[in-house]
Amino acid sequence: MEKLRDLFNETWHFYKRTLILVAKGSTLYYAWCFSLIAIMVTGFLFYLKQHEAGLIATNMNDQVSWGLYIANFTYLVGAAAAAVLLVIPSYVYHFKPIKEIVVLGELFAASAIVMAILFVIVDLGRIDRVWHMIPFIGSMNFPQSLLAWDVLALNGYLFLNLLIPIYLLVKFYYRKEPNWKFILPFILLSIPMAVAIHTVTAFLYNGLPARPFWNASILAPRFLASAFCSGPAIIIIIFQIIRKVSTSHIEDEALFKISELIAYAMFLNLFLLSAELFKEFYSQTVHIASFRYVFQGLHGHNQLVPWIWAAMTMNVLAFIIFLIPTTRKWLSTLNLGCIFVIIGVWIEKGPGFVIPGFVPDPLGEIFEYIPNLLELIVSFGIWATGLLIFTLLMKVAIPIETGKFTHTEYEKEVMALRPR
Amino acid sequence: METMQNKHYTRREFIRNLSLTTLAGLSLPLLSSCTKEEAEDFLQKHFHEMTEEEKKQVIEKLEQRYFQKYGRKFQISTKEAVPDTLWAYGLELSRCIGCRRCVYACVKENNSSRHHPQLHWIRVLRLKRGNLINLENSEHYYDPDLVPEKGFIYLPVQCQQCQNPPCVKVCPVHATWQEPDGIVVVDYNWCIGCRYCIAACPYKGRVFNWAEPNIPKEEVNPSVHYLGNRPRMKCAVDKCTFCIQRVRSGRYPACVEACPTGTRKFGNLLDPNSEIRYIIDRKRVFRLKEDFGTEPKFYYFFEA
Amino acid sequence: MQKIIYVFLLIFLSGICFESLVSSADEEFPVSPPPMTEGMFPCSNCHASMEVNRKQRELKEEHTQIKLHHAETMRWCLDCHDPKNRDKLRLFNGDLINFTQSYRLCGECHGPVFRDWRAGIHGKRTGYFMSPGKRTYYLCAHCHDPHEPKFRPIKPEPPPYRPTDGDHAK
Repeated sequence: MEKLRDLFNETWHFYKRTLILVAKGSTLYYAWCFSLIAIMVTGFLFYLKQHEAGLIATNMNDQVSWGLYIANFTYLVGAAAAAVLLVIPSYVYHFKPIKEIVVLGELFAASAIVMAILFVIVDLGRIDRVWHMIPFIGSMNFPQSLLAWDVLALNGYLFLNLLIPIYLLVKFYYRKEPNWKFILPFILLSIPMAVAIHTVTAFLYNGLPARPFWNASILAPRFLASAFCSGPAIIIIIFQIIRKVSTSHIEDEALFKISELIAYAMFLNLFLLSAELFKEFYSQTVHIASFRYVFQGLHGHNQLVPWIWAAMTMNVLAFIIFLIPTTRKWLSTLNLGCIFVIIGVWIEKGPGFVIPGFVPDPLGEIFEYIPNLLELIVSFGIWATGLLIFTLLMKVAIPIETGKFTHTEYEKEVMALRPR
Repeated sequence: METMQNKHYTRREFIRNLSLTTLAGLSLPLLSSCTKEEAEDFLQKHFHEMTEEEKKQVIEKLEQRYFQKYGRKFQISTKEAVPDTLWAYGLELSRCIGCRRCVYACVKENNSSRHHPQLHWIRVLRLKRGNLINLENSEHYYDPDLVPEKGFIYLPVQCQQCQNPPCVKVCPVHATWQEPDGIVVVDYNWCIGCRYCIAACPYKGRVFNWAEPNIPKEEVNPSVHYLGNRPRMKCAVDKCTFCIQRVRSGRYPACVEACPTGTRKFGNLLDPNSEIRYIIDRKRVFRLKEDFGTEPKFYYFFEA
Repeated sequence: MQKIIYVFLLIFLSGICFESLVSSADEEFPVSPPPMTEGMFPCSNCHASMEVNRKQRELKEEHTQIKLHHAETMRWCLDCHDPKNRDKLRLFNGDLINFTQSYRLCGECHGPVFRDWRAGIHGKRTGYFMSPGKRTYYLCAHCHDPHEPKFRPIKPEPPPYRPTDGDHAK
């Protein structure tokens, strides 16, 4: 009983301190958080409008029935899968510079997964029926429906990416050595899990013969290749920001190692893309229609053409930047390359992937979809949510990692309060 | 020491109160924007899991609701499939003149939303002669003064009630399934509106209620089937059900009856004396996109 | 003597059987009444007292609204309408049939379509296709004007709203 009460007091103290950590910061921090909250609230208000009127408030219709929300979802699942590129070097190869930041990377993956899940939820027509998807309580169509697999995979990955960092952080907080026998299996599980979430997302699109643009075997490898470009690129930028605004120590070595991995992933991405392009443009079957729409324009409809060519240019330039060691190790070009990758892969995997699947539609109709203001604002709102969650997590995780926020303080307080 | 404790206390209280109010503030507008119907239907079970008693209660609730909304007494049937039936459709392409009478007869019979959104379960495509089943060159919005136009063929497309339906495979919550008589149906109260089935259908057979449907009161059809043409709600998928409310009582679907040139045929594949079996045995039938392996039950054929 | 009676009975019965096999088109189809113009039938009201003029000509005094556009270079009115009994139609072999069986006349030239119609796959389908109801058949004349059978082009119903049609659409 005594122990339970102590445990409760300790936990409460921990929670209190985290709230204080989160509530105190520099002016920049407040500005950042408040602007994120403002975007979140605006996004939520617009979402309410969509919830009331129905999805007719978006620009989606029967011809293009998935739009900006699912595009962002695809991209974010890929970004989340990228945490594996930190887990493998640190836990399998014990590469020290990355080992120091792997926990932060896993928390980034968790935030990305939360964003992905939020995007799916706002895309659902009936949010009040989400409980139908819960196994045993609802009626989940497992194993036939890939969406069911995706729900399980995403939630499992989220669970892992919360369990592992939180466990390690709590152990750091208590200044205790983590029980590797307990946590290492989970860590090693998160590696195939990362590959799994993005493969399942790819299979979601892949298994539809009705959409020949997606019904290509190369889809799952392409998804993984582009995921391992975009996620680490975001991580590189984020960690540089973290390095600047906090006392966390992140070595340049870590960033350079990650960028080397991006080079290989981008090569694979470009190679797989050229393989697809060759197959379609050489065989010249009817199924070339969607590719034509994206790269050249189809029957006069060419909205996406400038976007995809911009994305291709950015990807190739980024590949060159990451390939050459000089440009890779020079922070300004590295950052430029990262931004190119982030935007380029977003275009290629988001709108440049989801929308052409619907153009032309199975009966040959062409509808050019542009997201309307409501979709844009709700999307920004969700991105802001993810960034805020990540910021708050960092605000707690970094003091623990750097040793500023530990249990010893509490022990001192308790000792001071105890009657002598 | 005491003042520090007090400071902590007020700060803790403040943070707690703030977080609770934010949560309540966020969820209230979300909860209040739920309609009364949504609240009533929230815990409704899947159609297959309902007992007879529960089905009766749901039917009563719906009858009351429709009476309030449309002022008509509805007959909502939950009639099961007739044994030994597998419905199939025949369409004589040489006779279709593209008049779209079937489209609007279907809309009327099946209580489809007329506008905002406009839901058509049947879509008539106009194809140029000589370039037949390349649907990329189809025209959906032809609007001449008179049909048929010279040099064109008209191809009506609707849900093909595939024997191997890709839409049923992908639904994450089992909201759509194939009945024993071959009709693929949707439990409108179970559908979560993810639109995966719409992405999976090769024939664009499924449409989505992007908003609350608009049906003029005087045009509503009160004899409905729970899985068929009962008035739907916003953000649920619907599709042609071969007029399940008619065929299970032996009547032709509305589109068959509406066609002025006798293009449409209907029957039971398992009955060797049915019209559709006669057609399959003697005419040169084909099905759309057969290479997808969906085994559609919509047989097109040409005479001249 | 008895033997002769048996032989006669045998021939008589087989004759009946043979006849019923041959004239398979004699079975009744449940058709609605033929779509006659109001007040026209029975035709014998006028024609019983008129002289039969078998000369092929364009009618100037009566039935002027009928434009014959149905193999008119090869036939005219009295090839289908029996000259002596205008209440009946005339088949090739000289048999007279009622207007309620006009499909037999059409079927003489339009064999394949007649075969399809008998099976129930030609023409408009309405009503019941299986129990508890019965199939309804339409006469050829219910859809095709026998004098000008080709369907006229009709105005189509409006196209669906385009997805870009703003609020109405989708």
